[in-house]
Amino acid sequence: MARRYEIILAGTGGQGAIFAGIILADAAARDGKNVVQTQSYGPEARGGASRSEIVISDEEIHYPKVLRPNIALCMSQEACDRYGHRLREGGLLILDADHVARSSTTRAVRVPLAALARQATGKEIVANVVGLGVLVGLTGIVSRQALEAAVRDRAPAGTAELNLKALEAGFETARKIREGRPL
Amino acid sequence: MNTSIHSVLMQGDEACAEGAIAAGCRFFAGYPITPATEIAELLARRLPQVGGVFIQMEDEIASLAAVIGASVGGAKAMTATSGPGLSLMQEHIGYAAMAEIPCVIVDVQRLGPATGRPTSPAQGDVMAARWGSHGDYPIIVLSPSSVREVFDLTVKAFNFAEQYRTPVILLMDEVIGHMRERVTLPPPDAIERTERAVTTVPPEWYKPYENFPADVPPLLPFGEGYRYHITGLHHDERGYPTEQVDEIRPWLDRIFRKIERNLSDILLYEENGVEDAETLVIAYGVTARVARHAVEMSRERGRKVGFLKLQTLWPFPEEVVEHAAARLHRIVVPELNMGQLAREVERVAGRHKVHRINRADGEIMQPSEIVAVIEGWTV
Repeated sequence: MARRYEIILAGTGGQGAIFAGIILADAAARDGKNVVQTQSYGPEARGGASRSEIVISDEEIHYPKVLRPNIALCMSQEACDRYGHRLREGGLLILDADHVARSSTTRAVRVPLAALARQATGKEIVANVVGLGVLVGLTGIVSRQALEAAVRDRAPAGTAELNLKALEAGFETARKIREGRPL
Repeated sequence: MNTSIHSVLMQGDEACAEGAIAAGCRFFAGYPITPATEIAELLARRLPQVGGVFIQMEDEIASLAAVIGASVGGAKAMTATSGPGLSLMQEHIGYAAMAEIPCVIVDVQRLGPATGRPTSPAQGDVMAARWGSHGDYPIIVLSPSSVREVFDLTVKAFNFAEQYRTPVILLMDEVIGHMRERVTLPPPDAIERTERAVTTVPPEWYKPYENFPADVPPLLPFGEGYRYHITGLHHDERGYPTEQVDEIRPWLDRIFRKIERNLSDILLYEENGVEDAETLVIAYGVTARVARHAVEMSRERGRKVGFLKLQTLWPFPEEVVEHAAARLHRIVVPELNMGQLAREVERVAGRHKVHRINRADGEIMQPSEIVAVIEGWTV
C-alpha cells in the first residue's frame, strides 16, 4: 500500500475545508486516479472543527479515511493541534498563518492564506482555495488543469472566476516558496 | 448529472438516486433525514426530468404508504430514510410483504437507537431490517460498500422487488452514503432491468394471489380494467380477507418459497482468498472496506486470511458461510453494532469459532482493530 496518499484539510466550520476537499478529490478523479473523499458534519460544521479527508491511490482504495496524512492543511489553531501531530514522517504541514499561532514543528509551511485571498480577490472567503493552490503547487498531487476544471464545475454559481483567481494566487505563492522568495 | 461511461467523482447517496433512475424508478415519496437527505434532494431534481414524480410527505409512515400506492398504480417506487424513519416504516413494510407490493426502501444507517448521533455511521439496523415488522414474512436486504456498489445494488433492489413482488431494503451507512469516490458507471443500455410481469388472462379470470406462475403471480396496475382487492388481512387468491387455514397456510408457504427457491439469484457476495485461508473475515458495508484493508495488511505479514464480503444480508447466505467456515476454526466478524450479523454467523458456523469485533460509538473501525483479532494479539 505504498502508493496510498492521504490528505487532511481542516479548519473551522465555514472556512471551506470540505469544499476544498471535494475539489481536490474531483481533480484526482479527472486525472484518472482512484480517490475517496469523506468529511465530518454536524454540530462541528457550525463553528467547531470541520475536516475533509482525501485518499488518492493508483491501487484500489479499501479503508476510506485518513490513517496518517501525507499532507495536512490546517486553517485553525484547533485543526493544527488536532491533526498536525498525526502527520506521516516526512509529511507536509501547511498552516494558515493568519489563524494558526503555534505548531508542533517549525518545519511547517506557514502561509497567510486569509491575507493572500484578500489581496488577490478582495474576499477572504476564498482562503481555502488559495490554500488548495499552495498545496497542489508544492506537491503536484493532482494536475493544475484538472484542478481548474474541477473548480469551474463545482464552484457555486457565479463564483468560478473568483475561485480560479484564488487558485492562481495559491500557485504563485507555492512558486515563491519553492524559489525561497518572500511571500 | 453525468451517467455516461467515463469516470466521475460521485457521492454514495447520488449513486443511489442515479441507480434508481437507471432501474426505472419513477416515483419517490419521502421525508428528509440525515444521512439520506441527499437522495431525496437529487431525486426531487432528477425525477421530473424523466417524467417521474417526487413527493415530500408529512412523515415516514405516509412516505411508504405513498410508495406502496404508486407501486400498485404500476410505478417502480422508492423511499429513503435513516434508522428513526425505518422504525416508523415498519408497519407498512409488513403491509407490503403481506400484500406483495414491490417497493424499495433505502436506509442510510446512522448511530442509534432513537435519534442517536445523526451524522455518524453505524450498522445497527441489520436486525430491524429483517425482523422489524410483526408477523412472519421474508424480505430481501442488500448492503453496498462502495459508490459503484450503491448504484449496482440499487438497480438490483428494484429488480428483486419486481421479480419477487416483495419489499427490498437497501441498507447503506453514513460513510457509504456521504463518501465521494471515483466511479465508472455502466452505460444505460448495459443495465439489466426487470419489468413487472404481465398477464394475458381477461380481467374476470385474474387472481392477484394465485400460485401461478412459479410462486410469483403478476401484479397488475390499478386503473387498467383489472379490479381486485388488496388488504393487510390474510386473503384468498383474489385478495379478499380470509380466516381459512387452508388459504392462509398455502399463501405463507408461497411467499417464503418465492425467496428460498431463488437464492442463487438473490444471494450476492464476493470471496477473496478463501480456499487456502486459515482465518476468515466476514464483513459488509463500510466495515467491509476496513476489513479488506486489514486483510491485506495481515497477508503482507504472511498470514493466510480469507475474506467474504456480503452484499445480500437477508436472506442470510447460510450455505455460503457454512461452506467457507467448514474447514476453518477462526472466523472474524467486525461490524458497527453489538453483534447483529455475528449471531447469524455463529448460528451457522458454531459459536466457538466466531470472534466478534463490535463498535457502536459513531466511529468506523481502524484496520488495526481487525488486524489485532486476525493475528490473535493479546493485550
